Amino acid sequence: MGTLLILLVLTLFLAAILTGGYNKEFLLRARQTKVWDWLTTVDHKKIGIMYFLSGFFFLLIGGLEAIFMRLQLAVPNNDLFTGDIFNQLLTMHGTTMIFLAAMPMIFGLINVIMPLQIGARDVAFPFLNSLGFWLFFWGGILLNLSWFFGGAPNAGWTSYTSLALNSYSPGLGVDYYVLGLQITGIGSLMSGINFIATIINMRTPGMTFLRMPMFTWTSFVTSALLVFAMPPLTVALLLLMFDRVFGAAIFDHAMGGSSVIWQHLFWIFGHPEVYIVILPAFGIMSEIISTFSKKRLFGYTSMVFATVLIGFLGFMVWVHHMFTVGLGPMSNSIFAVATMAIAVPTGIKVFNWLFTMWGGEIHFKTPMLWAVGFVPTFVIGGMTGVMLSVPPADYQYQDSYFVVAHFHYVLVGGTAFALFAGAYYWWPKMFGKMLSEKLGKWHFWLFFIGFHMTFFPQHFLGLFGMPRRVFTYQANHGLELLNLISSIGVIGMTLGTIFFMVAVVQAARSKELAPADPWDGRTLEWSIPSPVPEYNFAQLPLVRGADAFWLEKQAGNKEMTPAEPLGSIHMPSGSYIPMLMSLGLFVAGYGFVVKSWIIGAIGIAFTFIMMYIRSFEQDFGYHIEPEEINGSAKAKEVKA
Amino acid sequence: MVSRQRLWRVLSVFALMALLLAGCGDPRLNALTPKGTAGDMQLDLITLSILIMLGVFAVVITIFVYVLIRYRKKKGVTREVKQVHGSTLLEIVWTVIPIILLAILAVPTVQTTFKLAAAQPKTEDALKIKVTGYQYWWEFEYLNANGKRFKTAQELHIPAGEKVYLEIHGKDVLHSFWVPALAGKIDVVPGRVNTMWIDAKQPGKYQGKCAELCGAGHALMDFKVYAHSKGDFDNWVAQQTTPYKPQTVAEKEGEKIFKQNCISCHANPNPKIKGPDLSKFGTRETIAGILSHNETNLKKWLEDPESVKPGARMPKINYLNDQEMKNLMEYLMKSK
Repeated sequence: MGTLLILLVLTLFLAAILTGGYNKEFLLRARQTKVWDWLTTVDHKKIGIMYFLSGFFFLLIGGLEAIFMRLQLAVPNNDLFTGDIFNQLLTMHGTTMIFLAAMPMIFGLINVIMPLQIGARDVAFPFLNSLGFWLFFWGGILLNLSWFFGGAPNAGWTSYTSLALNSYSPGLGVDYYVLGLQITGIGSLMSGINFIATIINMRTPGMTFLRMPMFTWTSFVTSALLVFAMPPLTVALLLLMFDRVFGAAIFDHAMGGSSVIWQHLFWIFGHPEVYIVILPAFGIMSEIISTFSKKRLFGYTSMVFATVLIGFLGFMVWVHHMFTVGLGPMSNSIFAVATMAIAVPTGIKVFNWLFTMWGGEIHFKTPMLWAVGFVPTFVIGGMTGVMLSVPPADYQYQDSYFVVAHFHYVLVGGTAFALFAGAYYWWPKMFGKMLSEKLGKWHFWLFFIGFHMTFFPQHFLGLFGMPRRVFTYQANHGLELLNLISSIGVIGMTLGTIFFMVAVVQAARSKELAPADPWDGRTLEWSIPSPVPEYNFAQLPLVRGADAFWLEKQAGNKEMTPAEPLGSIHMPSGSYIPMLMSLGLFVAGYGFVVKSWIIGAIGIAFTFIMMYIRSFEQDFGYHIEPEEINGSAKAKEVKA
Repeated sequence: MVSRQRLWRVLSVFALMALLLAGCGDPRLNALTPKGTAGDMQLDLITLSILIMLGVFAVVITIFVYVLIRYRKKKGVTREVKQVHGSTLLEIVWTVIPIILLAILAVPTVQTTFKLAAAQPKTEDALKIKVTGYQYWWEFEYLNANGKRFKTAQELHIPAGEKVYLEIHGKDVLHSFWVPALAGKIDVVPGRVNTMWIDAKQPGKYQGKCAELCGAGHALMDFKVYAHSKGDFDNWVAQQTTPYKPQTVAEKEGEKIFKQNCISCHANPNPKIKGPDLSKFGTRETIAGILSHNETNLKKWLEDPESVKPGARMPKINYLNDQEMKNLMEYLMKSK
């Protein structure tokens, strides 16, 4: 507490010295800086970019943790990271990759692209959007602070009780997990609600539901999943918080609680979560495969229904994560058959992708390479998924490296491949610059080969008897060779990611601007300039069918037909409140972690003050007049 | 025709690879070369599902490779691309065929699930063993071995060729009882009793593992399963149930030290401080489930258990003088 106050005073003091006095002029100057603009933005494109970049930052952290673990496991009986430290690494790797890398990067793409694809000027609730981002950001920071203050969580990303209870994990680690995830979780829930409202209400004239691009559809279903799947996690985390922070005994078997309830609650959230991160990946792949095959998506309607069906069935299968808990043959059988059923709509998707390419003209640009690499990789992940749905066989696979291989094929081969594909595909739209094709191809091949080298052998490691989450294995148990191969594969993935970062830096430095429609795109986002102006569409476009922009191009039009006359555009004004409101929860979260009720109360009070200010704020936004729009359009033409 | 040839080529390559790789693991813990009935039943389902899935994979890959080669953009050639919306017939085909394939898989799946779950012995004299997982060791309590009741730790001895019924108890955190070469796993859930059966078709030595993250020492929570012929098993039971009497002076001194320093945990029912039963320690093949059974390792373990097994609950026994340590070890190693 004392340190905190001293730090606070010191920061204010330094700020005062550095800015030559704490005065109005400084505030005014600060408001005009780019940093202030980004911190207070409610523009969906900027929020999307912040989501994507901070997600990528956490991806690098999670990747570093993975590198450490593979270093430890490269040879038997290694002693680089053992025991509790290894458990911290594996817990933080899983938690970071799912909650702080995959989800935010997906939210980033949804945020930037989805409103453009439906012809909207922003999301339905720009303020809420910003709040969602900052909640994720501060939650992620809180979770990662655990490395420096009190030790990282160490009970696995699933945080199974009773290991996660005070008696068996006495440090602060699991408290960071509980509160960090609770804060990011609120953000995810808000994003889900916001995306649903946007897609239902803000489609441009003519954009009927069955004309929406596939990525928008998958975003829609994912958002619905978020709305139904986040609450069980919130409840589970709240109960665990009561057990850990306030001494309740909900999960403590010794006090009459039940440790199995946690598993149910966690997986009622956890299984839909898998689809939350994989469905948008399907959407990205559908867009890319269709664009680079120059052909409309094969079986669009069945793709839509397959997506909805997968989302629906995703809630019916959580017990397949618990086949070995001993719930009995009846429930195991029911959930086994339900799980197998998901293979049908997933298969429909795969065949539709294949037949989208069939008869098309395939251009192997970098985004398409990722999509082409994704298909067989994801099919392998799907195959092992069906194999895992068989309970007796699962008694062998469960909690072994076979499962590790399976979900990395799905989450890396599916989600991560799609995120990279989406990055190369939409980078010009997001940043107005093209990523290098040459570096992109290096990135793909290194990452693709490294990935398979790392994770394919792990199927066999599991069947050879290696449990997951172990920090070592014994020599002469037939596990050395495959573990070594697996660790070597990491080099490929690491180098690939470095090539990506080089490409990003190169693009940022390059002066060459990207064209509005570099890939001969089919959907609305390619009909407007790159980077996108803050109002997106000067005039809302009129949509005359699926693949709206492609249709216009086929009809010989260079632009979309407008659905409204040029008029003044109402824009929401930026706000510093979301950042501070979330900061309050961050402080409160830290207070609960270190069991200092004063800090907790200060944080919550701060959040409430911010909510109060927001409630009585008169904010009418501002308008962009037609002259300004014309002016900027003309200026662009002159440049060109 | 080309595609069918390619399909067979792909299939045979995969089959070959699978065969080669299946032999790579250690037979003591390889789930692909099972030595027990349950393991066999599970391998049958693994094989069936792999075959069905490889069939699907072959079809997908054949179409995939064909499409990528046939429809790639060729330099200087522009092709008219027909914008088709889909094909109802094709879509029905790739909906119905997977449903049939899954039905073929689902029937034996459900049958085997129920067969494996029938874990109540039919006869009174079937061998029943109570298995309890602790951080980070296993206790095996024989409930009716030749009419006798006794405990061991880290080593599970069973008669070969006979179904043994296990009652799985949990006291602290989740563990999972897994002997890959004999049968799949079942979780050790605190506050719950699970049941399973296990058998080994032939005498042999198998490696057991804890498969559920249970804390710092999870990776080293190993145990061994010994399957004996009927005669050997009876001898082993007789040996385990004949109390050990210290003979030499050193052993007697050691017993005293043991009773002063060790018995308070090693014979304590409180799960928070309980240690394994050591009354037949001399018969074991491992120390703490992982070190080989010799005096050097015993000393290493006694003096700093956490250096061997992170998170081990046992305190360091580093306060004894050389003679006391020697006597204690003598007592432990001789307790057969």
